[in-house]
Amino acid sequence: MAGQTLFEKIWNSHVVFEAPGQPSLLYIDLHLIHEVTSPQAFEGLLKAGRKVRCPARTFATMDHNVPTTDRSLPITDPDSKLQIEMLRENCERFGIKLFDLGSPEQGIVHVIGPELGLTQPGMTIVCGDSHTATHGALAALAFGIGTSEVEHVLATQCLWQAKPKTMEIRVEGELGLGVSAKDLILGIIGRISTDGGTGHVIEYRGSTISRLSMEERMTVCNMTIEGGARAGMIAADQKTIDYLRGRRFVPTGAEFERLADYWLSLQSDRDATFDRSMTFDAASFAPQVTWGTNPGMVADVKGKVPDPASFQDPTQRRAAELALTYMALEPGTPFEEIKVDRVFIGSCTNSRLSDLKAAAEIVRGRKVAPNVRAMVVPGSQLVKNEAEALGLDKIFTEAGFEWREAGCSMCLGMNPDILQPGERCASTSNRNFEGRQGAGGRTHLVSPMMAAAAAIAGHFVDVREWAK
Amino acid sequence: MEPFKNFTGLVAPLDRSNVDTDQIIPKQFLKAVVRSGLARGLFYDWRQRADGQFVLQQPRFQKSTILVARANFGCGSSREHAVWALQDYGFRALIAPSFADIFKNNCLKNGLLTVVLEPEEIDAIFEAIKRHEGYKLTINLTEQIVFDDLGWKARFEIDEFPKKCLLEGLDDISLTLAHEAEIAAFENNHPIPYRI
Repeated sequence: MAGQTLFEKIWNSHVVFEAPGQPSLLYIDLHLIHEVTSPQAFEGLLKAGRKVRCPARTFATMDHNVPTTDRSLPITDPDSKLQIEMLRENCERFGIKLFDLGSPEQGIVHVIGPELGLTQPGMTIVCGDSHTATHGALAALAFGIGTSEVEHVLATQCLWQAKPKTMEIRVEGELGLGVSAKDLILGIIGRISTDGGTGHVIEYRGSTISRLSMEERMTVCNMTIEGGARAGMIAADQKTIDYLRGRRFVPTGAEFERLADYWLSLQSDRDATFDRSMTFDAASFAPQVTWGTNPGMVADVKGKVPDPASFQDPTQRRAAELALTYMALEPGTPFEEIKVDRVFIGSCTNSRLSDLKAAAEIVRGRKVAPNVRAMVVPGSQLVKNEAEALGLDKIFTEAGFEWREAGCSMCLGMNPDILQPGERCASTSNRNFEGRQGAGGRTHLVSPMMAAAAAIAGHFVDVREWAK
Repeated sequence: MEPFKNFTGLVAPLDRSNVDTDQIIPKQFLKAVVRSGLARGLFYDWRQRADGQFVLQQPRFQKSTILVARANFGCGSSREHAVWALQDYGFRALIAPSFADIFKNNCLKNGLLTVVLEPEEIDAIFEAIKRHEGYKLTINLTEQIVFDDLGWKARFEIDEFPKKCLLEGLDDISLTLAHEAEIAAFENNHPIPYRI
């Protein structure tokens, strides 16, 4: 038998039913839900008089629309409040474990999954959120779904899925000082474009990927969807095992050792073949800044805003023109001359402890530039507490940053944290779509170090010059 | 869901690639807790900014039921609200050179047909709309063809299973529950991995 990829191993071990000419019925090990994409799913269940098949495989939290200010205050937005109350009610009614707003374990769903050890290698994981790809960093097959599929998983613990194609992205060598996992994935998306991975599951491999920490791997897998692929994954290794040992929902003792052996076996076979393969040299990646209105519109910080006329393809040229108009940027402007009004450090891409540490190293002893409003939103209450134990909150607040409670916050602006029309933001989030962070707002995606440096300087800078 | 019926409809052109679901329906409309009434949020920011000039605000495209756009339509967020908003507005089919994976799934689960055509065929549709006010297309899912009444015709591919689901309006969940025995057997060999 031909060798299998990591993806194929997980896929094959979860097929409940298959027949020629139709998608496979796949079993789902872990289902994560949140307040925004679940109400209509529960409504569907109730209308049809159905139950949640396996409440013990479903976990809920509140992250998308929650305020990041004082949690003891009531939520003032009635619509957000309603969604939050409905999630509470639905979890209670169907017996689903909820990490509620007051819980010390509340946080962004893709931060708390791995953090609590809910995410484990070899699992199939879904959530009504496209950044579910994050969990693939722990050798799981994890992908985002819509609300109809949320309802389907609640009712059946299964999903009909057409088998995607496989794509291997190899990165070899060492990333330079000041070049982060965020720059790596932004750079990859820039090269494959926003739909380069459509229809595929990506496995990231190679010496660069092996060297990344678990949290860095999460950043890489997280943004896989911005390259069009629903799932990104990385094989388990000793780092994966060490990361999981002792986490709340991970078994202990002999059971853990048995699992660890199984997890380490989850590798693409040597003779496995991928439908597509590409290799990149780590040394070719520099700190990145997006200039347009999708994550594929990205360039090295040392570069300049491109001229739309330089694009051969008429559709791309038109897209670049529209993007520059929206972003109010002139072709040829060096990125380092672009001033920012706001800085956001947070989101499921870059709100983990290592992200906050990296940003704090840049910020330490410096002050946020006048006219810049900067904000740090930890990914979970656990991250927040750990960061505070290390004194990171002090470093940020003394520099003039706001230090917030955990949530998705200004990544998508469903809560009160939004950009005002025309404001320009250096953001560690994952999407620079028009209006994403607030109607009329202009988002530039960067790494935590780059965002921190932009907050201090008041404009983009090449953080490699600060990291020396 | 309602079975998909072959139909003839007015075509609205959206000459953009990578139309993300944040554009199709901005965040403030995601606070809805029901699926209905979302047309008011459809392309909300673009409608606000265009000052009456956005394609769906122009009189000639009122009551259009087919939307044609460029590549990678529906990329980004998994929000199914995008599909509900398009349907609530009246769209029954979307035509583009490619669709984002999650969005396409969401469409099919709701009976909104996604038709993938070659970029040249899409160009031809944009051209025809420019030339002929009130340009209509007929979509025949059974035969997998799109055509106008001027003699232009294109064939599209769709997997058998979603085609059957669309044409018969099948409810996915009932379909799955018919496999209760297989699901139960799988679960017997795969105990719940968590102790709460």
